[in-house]
Amino acid sequence: MSGLFSSSIARKVAMALSALFLVFFLLIHVAVNMLSVFNEELFNTASHFMGTNPLVQFAMQPILMFGVVFHFVMGFVLEIKNKKAQGVKYYKNNGAANSTWMSRNMVYSGAAILFFLILHFKHFWVHEMNVKYINPLPEDPNRYYEELVHVFQSPITVVIYVIGFIFLALHLLHGFQSAFQSMGANNKYTKAIKGFTKAYAIVIPALFAFVALFHHFNH
Amino acid sequence: MNLTLKIWRQKSKDTKGKMVDYKVTDISEHMSFLEMMDVLNEQLVAKDEEPVAFDHDCREGICGMCSMYINGEAHGPDRGITTCQLHMRMFNDGDTITIEPFRASAFPVIKDLVVDRMPFERIQQAGGFISVNTSGNTQDANAIPISKHAADEAMDAATCIGCGACVATCKNSSAMLFVAAKVSQYALLPQGQVEATDRVLNMVKQMDQEGFGNCTNTGACEIECPKGISLENIARMNREYLKASL
Repeated sequence: MSGLFSSSIARKVAMALSALFLVFFLLIHVAVNMLSVFNEELFNTASHFMGTNPLVQFAMQPILMFGVVFHFVMGFVLEIKNKKAQGVKYYKNNGAANSTWMSRNMVYSGAAILFFLILHFKHFWVHEMNVKYINPLPEDPNRYYEELVHVFQSPITVVIYVIGFIFLALHLLHGFQSAFQSMGANNKYTKAIKGFTKAYAIVIPALFAFVALFHHFNH
Repeated sequence: MNLTLKIWRQKSKDTKGKMVDYKVTDISEHMSFLEMMDVLNEQLVAKDEEPVAFDHDCREGICGMCSMYINGEAHGPDRGITTCQLHMRMFNDGDTITIEPFRASAFPVIKDLVVDRMPFERIQQAGGFISVNTSGNTQDANAIPISKHAADEAMDAATCIGCGACVATCKNSSAMLFVAAKVSQYALLPQGQVEATDRVLNMVKQMDQEGFGNCTNTGACEIECPKGISLENIARMNREYLKASL
């Protein structure tokens, strides 16, 4: 047990667990976002619940923050270790002959998602902290829809968000399925897992992008 | 065919190497890649130049010695083969071919295309074996029932020749496919169960100590492996490791 946390396999499993947690969070996030397309009132109710429920605010949100930070920090630490293990670079290396672009460039798609997340936090989370704790405004359970629509009025913001979602898709196309392999799951269900994770990796970011574009072009 | 070869030349472990261009002419498409290298070396010896050092032994795809990175791929642009099984018909007249040693911090270059793959030996010594009673009471292997499926999977894993193409190919220089094959071949058989916990823990510990990188599941090792060792073995090793650790 003592050597478990310093071993390469334990790091793989830790990355996989945090990844699966974040992947599940994306599903909840996109489900709430999609409500804004169909019903303004329902979206406000769901957002108000997420923004005020103590279990979400003081238990799930800190776990989510930890998951995000852990996944990024561990990802970059492993990348540095792997670069060190690689040593002298090849004069000619034909990576495309045996692996996908997504699998070879997880650190770059991850870094792009990190930049996107900083902007995303600035738009929503920093704003939320401000109106809740720093410069408190009177409680308005119907403010969320207007705030969402307001952010997506800027074409630059929408373009950056869509690019962010494309990188998210590229990251998930390798990462989601890879998490199962790291956890030791490679068996008769692998083909089905690959199909499901590929569909998830395309559909979820596409829905996120759709919400951003929908509010930009409909208001 | 006439070819231009770009070959990594390095006098010793501690000297700096560089790519050097050579021309070879009248190469038959029926030659193996190593035979082409022999032709080059005969030319160099005739000119009183230092021949290119490269590892080779059986020249029939079993020993795993011929560790060359050709045109950006371990063992060159063909599948399921070692360098000695690569034929010149895979190339065209006038081609420029780059030939480099396997690269990894854990596999330092000894000379030219020869690398030190002793880390694999040390990983093997850390647990890649079973202890057998040789006092005269050895059990007949045929008396131990093993399912056909398990026997086939163990045999597939045991075909790993320890060539190091998985490490050379991996962008992280990870040795997990090699270690996973060695762990799997015993994990699948009843004879391997007694030392299963120590085996996986010790072999993974040694792998990490040797300075190999972390697997990120690109799958490149599986594609370039001359024996087609499957990624399923890595998943099995991960399971065995977690079971042994917890």
